[in-house]
Amino acid sequence: MSGPVLTSALDLQSPEAKARAAHNRALAEDLRAKVAEAALGGSEKSRARHVERGKLLPRERVERLLDPGSPFLEIGQLAANGLYDGEVPGAGLIAGVGRVSGRQCMILANDATVKGGTYFPLTVKKHLRTQEIAQANRLPCLYLVDSGGANLPHQAEVFPDRDHFGRIFFNQATMSALGIPQIACVMGSCTAGGAYVPAMSDETVIVRGQGTIFLAGPPLVKAATGEEIDAEDLGGGDLHARKSGVVDHLAEDDEHALTILRDIVSHLGSKPAAAGIAPRAPKFPAEDLYAIIPEDVRAPYDVHEVIARLVDGSEFHEFKALYGSTLTCGFAHIWGMETAILANNGVLFSESAQKGAHFIELACQRRIPLLFLQNIAGFMVGGKYEAEGIAKHGAKLVTAVATAQVPKLTVIIGGSFGAGNYGMCGRAYDPRFLFTWPNARIGVMGGEQAASVLATVHRDAGSWSKDEEDAFKAPIRAKYETEGSPYYATARLWDDGVIDPVQTRDVLGLALAACLEAPIPEHPRFGVFRM
Amino acid sequence: MIRSLLIANRGEIACRVIRTARRMGIRTVAIYSDADRDALHVRQADEAVHIGPSPAAESYLVSDRIIAAAKATGAEAIHPGYGFLSENAGFAQAVIDAGLVWVGPRPESISAMGLKDAAKALMQAAGVPVTPGYLGEDQSPERLAAEAEAIGYPVLIKAVAGGGGKGMRQVDAPDMFAEALASCRREAQASFGDDRVLIERLIANPRHIEVQVCGDTRGNVVHLFERDCSLQRRHQKVIEEAPAPGMDEPTRRAICAAAVRAAQAVDYVGAGTVEFIADASEGLRADRIWFMEMNTRLQVEHPVTEEITGVDLVEWQLRVASGEPLPLAQDQLQIDGHAIEARLYAEDPANGFLPSTGTFEVLRLPRRERIETGVEQGSEVTPFYDPMIAKLVVHRETRAAAIEAVAAACGSVAAWPVRQNAWFLARLMRLPEFASGAMTTGTIAARIDRLTARPEPSDEVLGVAAIEAFATHAEPDEWERLKGLMGFRLNAPRSAQAWLSLDGETRPVQIDLTLDGPARHDVTAAWAMAEPVYFEQGAAFAIRPARTDGSDEGGPSNGAILAPMPGTVIALDVAQGDSVAKGQRLMVLEAMKMEHALVAPYDGVVSALNAVAGTQVQVDALLASIGKAED
Repeated sequence: MSGPVLTSALDLQSPEAKARAAHNRALAEDLRAKVAEAALGGSEKSRARHVERGKLLPRERVERLLDPGSPFLEIGQLAANGLYDGEVPGAGLIAGVGRVSGRQCMILANDATVKGGTYFPLTVKKHLRTQEIAQANRLPCLYLVDSGGANLPHQAEVFPDRDHFGRIFFNQATMSALGIPQIACVMGSCTAGGAYVPAMSDETVIVRGQGTIFLAGPPLVKAATGEEIDAEDLGGGDLHARKSGVVDHLAEDDEHALTILRDIVSHLGSKPAAAGIAPRAPKFPAEDLYAIIPEDVRAPYDVHEVIARLVDGSEFHEFKALYGSTLTCGFAHIWGMETAILANNGVLFSESAQKGAHFIELACQRRIPLLFLQNIAGFMVGGKYEAEGIAKHGAKLVTAVATAQVPKLTVIIGGSFGAGNYGMCGRAYDPRFLFTWPNARIGVMGGEQAASVLATVHRDAGSWSKDEEDAFKAPIRAKYETEGSPYYATARLWDDGVIDPVQTRDVLGLALAACLEAPIPEHPRFGVFRM
Repeated sequence: MIRSLLIANRGEIACRVIRTARRMGIRTVAIYSDADRDALHVRQADEAVHIGPSPAAESYLVSDRIIAAAKATGAEAIHPGYGFLSENAGFAQAVIDAGLVWVGPRPESISAMGLKDAAKALMQAAGVPVTPGYLGEDQSPERLAAEAEAIGYPVLIKAVAGGGGKGMRQVDAPDMFAEALASCRREAQASFGDDRVLIERLIANPRHIEVQVCGDTRGNVVHLFERDCSLQRRHQKVIEEAPAPGMDEPTRRAICAAAVRAAQAVDYVGAGTVEFIADASEGLRADRIWFMEMNTRLQVEHPVTEEITGVDLVEWQLRVASGEPLPLAQDQLQIDGHAIEARLYAEDPANGFLPSTGTFEVLRLPRRERIETGVEQGSEVTPFYDPMIAKLVVHRETRAAAIEAVAAACGSVAAWPVRQNAWFLARLMRLPEFASGAMTTGTIAARIDRLTARPEPSDEVLGVAAIEAFATHAEPDEWERLKGLMGFRLNAPRSAQAWLSLDGETRPVQIDLTLDGPARHDVTAAWAMAEPVYFEQGAAFAIRPARTDGSDEGGPSNGAILAPMPGTVIALDVAQGDSVAKGQRLMVLEAMKMEHALVAPYDGVVSALNAVAGTQVQVDALLASIGKAED
């Protein structure tokens, strides 16, 4: 036992619960439909052409690379969703954490059926985010390369900046230096900058007659020097495996290459010992979450109802339950792994912020990963609160969150507004993984507040009629509505994915297991807490 | 009563005889060849004598050595078992001449029944019905063809000295007769050194019915009822049972009486079997049952008779051989329930019943039933002898219950890596014509495709194999924690697809996520050579995570044979256009005072040859190209 068993006041038969369940199930279905569509990759024609060439579809490559039955925690499933005319599902890259030869790895597979696997700005962003996750959690990186390189029309957003294409190779070198294996499997084109993915890898496989690696393809070579040479002779498997030494292993086909890749992973040396105790299912079913989450993000509800459906045995050792109760803090196990949970249960007050900072210190002392369940309208406002120094108390929480060296996981389960986002480990605070529920709303403030604030500060506001005021506010509300959608956010990789609430416990289990691949620092070091 | 006994046999029957002898307080002596040095029968006997090399012709068939072994060990009697020298009158005589007790019929009885034509004539004279046919001295093709005409097609041509299915031909029409005769004679000559044949009527719905008899030295002969051995494959019995289904009491009385007459006609002593063929087109009728031959030995299938009569036939043999009278009179014998025997062989029914040899890394036989075997886990099946693994014998109150029990027993057989036929036997139990008792000796042949289709592992087995494959990659603790997350896919149903390899074929397997780990009790698994093997319905499946190591044909090599370093071609083994096999030497390059053999990377054809013997070549010079072999 790790704590008292939480109880639940949920009445599934109540009209409120039924309405919520219907609402949230519809959201989940919509999410699954979006994901299923994105998972197809390129057009049917382009997929058929890919298969005709004897290549496995990228998702099948991933499936075959994974251990039998391995879970796969996908990252950025809906990246670029609705962007680039909707033609780049998943940003043309499949990424996620799965087990290969018994080892948790980060897998990145170009989808050549999507615009030839070329790198759009969000492809680069997804690639870099994935590498960031791999580096933070010390996950070996397996690159299944099949890409035409940078998407030329977007070169200005892809090539020059710090977090653009070049950063991919910087990350590879950095991770290699940190002892995080970088393995490439060239299963298609690997042109120009892309050539450095295998070249910068620790160990490389190429598929003969299929994979090519060159800095410049035949057309560019001809244009530059007049030399006429075909792709296979210029940068095919035989050339690189026998002559250039750019690759280490020559494969006959995709399946052969994936076997070699699995063999390589089985020889990466010893892996970290798995940590954790025997997991136990929560006492309450995950499906209840549909009936718990309010339709309106502003409606209050008891977050213990959520925690009871996420943690092992619904057992929760709560910290300071009677103090600063708008921030629920406590220890629990998720899939057998110890977790320190901070969950919003109302607006943040000074007491809740201080309690949160204290709790984070405890977790860091004990080297327990932090989980933030974010549903926050913000810090309390008003004269009384400013006077008691809510800004400095909030700053304590933000400092603790920012400088905590234990793994941090964030799930946005409702609203994510204003400074609450910071205090609850928003994207800027480097959570190892950040996932969002489909009911979530993200913004500096709510659409209605924003419209009101802007209306209030408008110089003509005093002379507006009710209609005029509404006419002013409507587009602002609409803009906030659109931009506050989790799909808007996830398309831009502000998170690592929108997740079906019922999968939250599993997602967290996999994320925690990934986090535990990296050692947790022994001596916590925080910034200065303003007292 | 004899006090010591040498068993001139091996395998299960040697073990079987030893068991009874031991119970009767008789000392046992086993004999063994090189291959059987560690065999079960050797370990079970009180004493064992090595009698020669592995081939039977140099060991178990060498009379002198066997008799010498008996003399050397002071054995008073020799039990021949079945097969080998059991029906060799010369051997029987030699045993007797050596002053030993022969556990079997008189040599004269063996001889009388040994030649089929003479035996049939003898039986006809004794009033035993025989099949219409010709067994004359005139062996001219013309006469034989005329006799075949007279008997009426289809007919069977059989070697006079034949047995065990050898030297037998079915002829459906006159124009095929000459060729079949010639071929039958060649086989008869080769197998038995006697090319004489007889011709019989072919029976439309034949059933194999046989009667167990036993005689003593005082002239008493009893029968122990009939057995039905109709389920045969190529004239080899596969399933035997007692009593015969559909046998009514008058018919039973008639054929059993005929069997006793047959035994009496040759003054039969000991256990023997009179084999009949029945035309079951209208059920079993006394006037449609004909004598075929008499086996003058204990038969493989004797246990079913023992089960229904409660008699230990080996004990009877030993008592009779010791000069005692038969322990029971005819009216003291009766049928109790139903018994079935299934012959478990080391062979692969899905691959033309190809015999399988090797060491049993795993061998689990049913524990609840009577098992007659000469092997155990760790034993080796060698290519030298009959590949029988065991006989599974069940005895139940009813035939239906016995069928179920055999099916269950066969289904529980687990053996690896030696292939065996338990799944085929289990399928036989499910044949509707067997269940209804309407089987004939042609039933297996008629159903052969369905019966021998390679068994497929159930989804459950594949699922467990897939989980095992997952688990083998995880530490046990880790596995315990992670199995609940198996197949997790974000925002999608779980999808645990595993690529598994079975018999060299890769297949995707959807893992049933309701399974709860490798310890599922209804799938039996064992570890052999560090790999898991799954057993189901008598079949064994070695299922592994698939891996592709390249086919080597046009594989990682592009067929270009390049000089690995500068040197001189000192030998050229191939010419342009030659077919080459993978690994075959193409040429030799001398460089750095070393000879380097350049070999074909895969099976193919020398499509280009640039190398010339005696010439210097530079590094990476294209010496030859190997093209893919044409299909």
